[in-house]
Amino acid sequence: MKIQILGMGCASCKALYKNTEKAIKKSGLKGIEIEKVEELDEIMKYGVTSTPSFVINREVITSGKLLKVPQIIEIINQRVIK
Amino acid sequence: MWQDLVNKFIYQVLKLTKGEKLTDALNFFIYDTVKIFFLLLTIIFIVTFLRTYFNTDKVRDFLSGKSEFLGNILAALFGIITPFCSCSAIPLFLGFLQARIPIGVTFSFLISAPMNNEIAIGMLYALFGWKITLIYIAFGLFVAIIGGFLIGKFVDPEKYILIKVEPLGKDNTGNNNGTTKEQIFATSPLFKERLSESWEYTYDLFKKIYLYIIVGVAVGGFIHGYVPIEFITTYAGKNNPFSVIFAVILGIPMYSNAAGIMPLVEVLTQKGMELGTALSFMMAVTALSLPEAMILKRVMHIKLIMIFFAIVGIGIIAIGYLFNFLI
Repeated sequence: MKIQILGMGCASCKALYKNTEKAIKKSGLKGIEIEKVEELDEIMKYGVTSTPSFVINREVITSGKLLKVPQIIEIINQRVIK
Repeated sequence: MWQDLVNKFIYQVLKLTKGEKLTDALNFFIYDTVKIFFLLLTIIFIVTFLRTYFNTDKVRDFLSGKSEFLGNILAALFGIITPFCSCSAIPLFLGFLQARIPIGVTFSFLISAPMNNEIAIGMLYALFGWKITLIYIAFGLFVAIIGGFLIGKFVDPEKYILIKVEPLGKDNTGNNNGTTKEQIFATSPLFKERLSESWEYTYDLFKKIYLYIIVGVAVGGFIHGYVPIEFITTYAGKNNPFSVIFAVILGIPMYSNAAGIMPLVEVLTQKGMELGTALSFMMAVTALSLPEAMILKRVMHIKLIMIFFAIVGIGIIAIGYLFNFLI
């Protein structure tokens, strides 16, 4: 699984990245890759209108939301079960 | 109701003497802070709750394909309710253009969204009542509609936008690449989740601004008690024909402190600052922000930003003079 955080370095984008790191650690799941996407051209490809965006395997899950750690764990778990 | 409670607290609990300058200032300070906090929390909560039903993606889908002038009006109206922070200005701007929304309509939204934000509306309601709040919103919409329309008429986007915008394919316009409607629907929150989410947001926002408000009210209380009326009427009242222009220029660098500035403006109006001047000042604080301009510089030519500031600035100044003239 690959998680990407889209955002051009705004405060909540950084916070979302940190929360995601924590969530992955807490969930104990292995093999989750996490990446910051900060280039405008790249972000535009996802067609989002607000940041930060939370993307799993190139699918936009939320945008414009600072997800909390438990919320991220829930989202990840849902994907893993699928 | 509030005043009675505060009076009781000051004269009976603290046993301070009525009529002394310091006591009056303290009374004013506590009364204003309590009232503002209560009303502000209520308004922010209501706005953020309504907001859970809207997001900028939905607005984009709705606006794409609308005719120009109608688009300007709708974009300005959506600006009231949609979340907006200067950090999302760029993805929003580009996202709208990707969906082939005309640049003028996009600007109507960009002008309206920060101007009609929940803090400004909440503070205005708490300090000036619903009439002034409605006037502010109506004039704000007017500036956003006309300003966006003019920018759309006179600005050639090709010339001023620094990044090549590839329109999204027709199938994708409504959706993020590969995301289906079902998936968006599946994550749509329940009523209870919406409530708790809005409360969290309200709480977070409040934590960020409450200190500014306390400082603003304290300084306001000082002016209320100690600065003579003549001083303010000379600089911000009828005697100064340039007061509106001056107020607008002063308002541009103050975006982040809107919550702290509004209590000051209230006191200044009580002390003889004209209401039109006050309205223009508050609009300049919210609509014209230097940080936003700096961020937008990454995607648009500085000339376009200047045109944007000039049109909105002139609109706001005109409204201030019109209002002062009529009242």
